[in-house]
Amino acid sequence: MPKSQDLQDLIVQVRRDIVRMVHNVNSGHPGGSLGCTEFLVALYNEVMELKDGFDMDGIGEDLFFLSNGHISPVYYSVLARRGYFPIEELNTFRLIDSRLQGHPTTHEGLPGVRIASGSLGQGMSVAVGAAQAKKLNKDPHLVFSLHGDGELQEGQNWEAIMYAAGKKVDNLIATIDRNGQQIDGPTEEVMPMGDLKAKFLAFGWDVLELEDGNDLQAVIDTLHEAKNRTGKGKPVCIIMHTEMGHGVDFMMGTHAWHGKAPNDEQLATALAQNPETLGDY
Amino acid sequence: MKKYTNQGSKDTRSGFGAGMTELGRTNPKVVALCADLVGSLKIDTFIKENPERFFQVGIAEANMMGIAAGLTIGGYIPYTTTFANFSTGRVYDQIRQSIAYSDKNVKICASHAGLTLGEDGATHQILEDLGLMKMLPGMTVINPCDFNQTKAATIAIAEHEGPVYLRFGRPVVPNFTPEDQEFTIGKAVHLTEGSDVTIVATGHLVWQALLAAENLEKEGILAEVINIHTIKPLDTEAILKSVKKTGCVVTAEEHNYLGGLGESVARTLTTEYPAPQAFVATKDTFGESGTPEQLMEKYGLNNKAIEQAVKEVIKKKA
Repeated sequence: MPKSQDLQDLIVQVRRDIVRMVHNVNSGHPGGSLGCTEFLVALYNEVMELKDGFDMDGIGEDLFFLSNGHISPVYYSVLARRGYFPIEELNTFRLIDSRLQGHPTTHEGLPGVRIASGSLGQGMSVAVGAAQAKKLNKDPHLVFSLHGDGELQEGQNWEAIMYAAGKKVDNLIATIDRNGQQIDGPTEEVMPMGDLKAKFLAFGWDVLELEDGNDLQAVIDTLHEAKNRTGKGKPVCIIMHTEMGHGVDFMMGTHAWHGKAPNDEQLATALAQNPETLGDY
Repeated sequence: MKKYTNQGSKDTRSGFGAGMTELGRTNPKVVALCADLVGSLKIDTFIKENPERFFQVGIAEANMMGIAAGLTIGGYIPYTTTFANFSTGRVYDQIRQSIAYSDKNVKICASHAGLTLGEDGATHQILEDLGLMKMLPGMTVINPCDFNQTKAATIAIAEHEGPVYLRFGRPVVPNFTPEDQEFTIGKAVHLTEGSDVTIVATGHLVWQALLAAENLEKEGILAEVINIHTIKPLDTEAILKSVKKTGCVVTAEEHNYLGGLGESVARTLTTEYPAPQAFVATKDTFGESGTPEQLMEKYGLNNKAIEQAVKEVIKKKA
């Protein structure tokens, strides 16, 4: 188990990677990436049981599916720093001939990625399918997934949510990034989502609420609690409240940085707020 | 001219069901999903014999496609089953991103394709599915012609690594291909030898092409009938070889002439060996309610339409 300070250092370094990657190509999605940094760092370095190396079938290890594929910067940084591919490759994000496409894909063979995502609302179904495959294979490992809150406006999610409860897919932990923001503004203005916890409960899920998804210890504790609740006949949902843009003060509290890159000056400010810890790529 | 005998009419969907039964007994990696149409897809026996390998998803086709993609992660070979309309247009983006772009080994099995679905009408009669699916990079598109060929295709695609669209239908049609005929993806089947015209047919139109060839022979026109069960990858070699001999071609399919087999053949000819072509296909229209026979007559998809097209295209030969 990594020391807490090591994980904190990794979180700061991942945040540096995110803003540098997005700045380098003047495109990409920093807001949601920064908000989910604690979650992905904790998942890949503290919570999931992972084999060395990568194979597509992932038998004998936990799996993760990113449904809100636009937060690829945080995903790529965490995968690279977990050893799935060279950290220097983060330099190629969104450039021609890169394995690090704008949205994650298997098509270029990037280790760590098992499904393409970007067109929203599809990851829950894929995670459910992979969880079913684990049961068929008598593999006791778990399937984790992450979804944007705005993404839940896509109807396919609710097909999958209904299925997962109805068919007792209890080896699945789906986390909702409840940052309350989407491209056109706050979720409650664009398309009011109401009480998400009540909705998941009504569909038959076990639901955990994580009040501060940017508090590393709280994230770890909640994920461990979620693991404890698997295998009991219900899929498990974590409604994780995060702050979009967390860790970069001018990106926080607004949807403005959903899909916008910082300029040179803004980058310098963001990096000053996140001093180098493990070495830049 | 070689003659073919109807061994007893059956529906192609039952060929699919028979193929699934066999796969259930021989390939433990094959799993089936269905969106509330088990009886229509004829997979009752597979389900009865392999209940743990069947996933009923309810009326939720988008979810079915995603679950199928997920099941491949772990080594399974999922066969999704529903009507052709709900297997393609309804779930196009799910297939595009989660299956085709993600290189997932999913077999999309689609019954009740085309006009011969009959009385349910145009809401269910998709005539655009071959075009939709062949445009997806990496997708193999197969449209077998009878019970035996559908059964063989169902079994063969399990051995093919990659996404496949397998299209079949509801009506009872002549079963004439040999039961033991090997099914090779992408390999056309020559049915008759001819020197005056090539008829390239797929699906239910193959038998109609044979009827047409028989009638045309009586008028002294020798037609070479090719059964194209694989629309993509297309056996361009077989088509070009035949057209170089006959000098013209009629394509026949239960599909819109935009996007179907005919367009793939036209592209092949235009780039390799320009030759006159006539299209037996629906002409950019929706279908309607009626019996299969009435619809195939009204929309020009039977042996008479093929015979007429042959006579017209032959006149255009240089």
